[in-house]
Amino acid sequence: MTRYSVFSLLRAGLSGHSNWSRQWRSPEPKPSYDVIIVGGGGHGLATAFYLAERYGVRNVAVLEKGWIGGGNTGRNTTIIRSNYLFDESARLYDHALKLWEGLTNSLNYNVMYSPRGVLMLAHNVHDVQSFKRHVHANRLNGVDNEWLSPAECKEYCPPLNVGGQMRYPILGGALQRRGGTARHDAVAWGYARGADTRGVDIIENCEVLGIRRAASGEVEGVETTRGYIGARKIGVVAAGNTSVVMNMAGIRLPLESFPLQALVSEPVKPAFPCVVMSNTIHAYISQSDKGELVIGAGTDAYTSYSQRGALHIANHTLDAICELAPMFRRLRMLRNWGGVVDVTPDRSPIIAKTPVPGLYLNCGWGTGGFKATPGSGDLFAWTIAKNEPHPINAPFTIERFREGVMIDEAAAAAVAH
Amino acid sequence: MLLIKCPFCGPRPELEFSYGGEAHIARPQDPMALDDEQWTKYLYIRGNPRGVHAERWRHINGCGRFFNARRNTVSDEFLETYLMGESPAQVAENAGRPPEGGAVR
Repeated sequence: MTRYSVFSLLRAGLSGHSNWSRQWRSPEPKPSYDVIIVGGGGHGLATAFYLAERYGVRNVAVLEKGWIGGGNTGRNTTIIRSNYLFDESARLYDHALKLWEGLTNSLNYNVMYSPRGVLMLAHNVHDVQSFKRHVHANRLNGVDNEWLSPAECKEYCPPLNVGGQMRYPILGGALQRRGGTARHDAVAWGYARGADTRGVDIIENCEVLGIRRAASGEVEGVETTRGYIGARKIGVVAAGNTSVVMNMAGIRLPLESFPLQALVSEPVKPAFPCVVMSNTIHAYISQSDKGELVIGAGTDAYTSYSQRGALHIANHTLDAICELAPMFRRLRMLRNWGGVVDVTPDRSPIIAKTPVPGLYLNCGWGTGGFKATPGSGDLFAWTIAKNEPHPINAPFTIERFREGVMIDEAAAAAVAH
Repeated sequence: MLLIKCPFCGPRPELEFSYGGEAHIARPQDPMALDDEQWTKYLYIRGNPRGVHAERWRHINGCGRFFNARRNTVSDEFLETYLMGESPAQVAENAGRPPEGGAVR
């Protein structure tokens, strides 16, 4: 593997950038592996990377039915933050945020992590009270989050319509300065390249059709479109298709899959300095380095695997953005897309062992999984390698729904996130 | 936006409806008799199929009534709508139709 540096760039430049090596191999599947990861999105690739990098498990394959980063990893608004209300969530997401901070160096791949600040706007008394509670809870957990007055919001993000005519005026905001964005494709590619270098086989165009189990119950391997592949352990990280894959092992889950939309505008000059989120009027907006406004819309009301959402959902968000930042009213939207997200009843993820020996599950990230990519991968790799959860992901079991120990971020944030 | 056929009012745009989740999940007759496992199943466990899904809708900005529907979750195509309390009928046109891409295996 070429180590990327200014010298490798210069060297490749001398030959007209025609001899860059491939970033990862395209191997034929081996007859069996120690660990098979089902799903080659950000979380699955990160899991494989940390298995090889930190936990010494290198005989690993990642099976992806399409291509790397072609699912939700390439279909999100790339928002990164960790200012969640509950202790368990704050630990989980801040673990990820700390990994984001050093990720470009540890992958030797520029993931363009940009801590430009995430500003969550409050539009009514309930929002103000709720966000201030978040700020205090976060401070107790060592997670940065601060309250900004409307004038301070305007100063931090000048395009905002503060004090003007607005149906739901901006009454303040909670700002996490360490929050921001990263380049989603680079995250997938960087983890893929890093995992491949450490011996992981990344097998694209390989859909899992069945999970084979021994008479004693434990997993033996997977049937795929490229034949049978044996495995001592299987980690399922299939996002919206988790219910389908887990059904193959006879496990039914507290999950429903919904299409979640995002859209981008035509590119404009740098105009929007941070990430702004508004749960109440439902708008998520930032500006990419290419100049496009990246906008997150909501989920459809009904379960679906269609990977496209209804137009009125996107329209609703654009209405809100035109109110929030009137200078964008005449911007045209270039394209929109949908990803299928798996949502749990309490809107918190599951990273856990399953009732089937050798089968591990990482799912339920709902509408906000991108921000957790490095932490999710690290914790899931720990869980698979050691056959027990890390203390951070120990509360995120499947059994919490039976035992009533919810981590109820749904109520805490009032919307999915 | 979906066009949904209310059994009472005919085809209407999706915005007139609210979604009611998976259909045919009966409330337990004797709740006290259920153990934790059965409660979990009733409250939280969902089929979430990639394929045909039986679900409830309510024509909330219309006649206000609930009804059931079967919809393909890959194509979002409605196969039929039917009344609460009824079982899904095998619609004639549905018989022999190949499952849409990625139906539950």
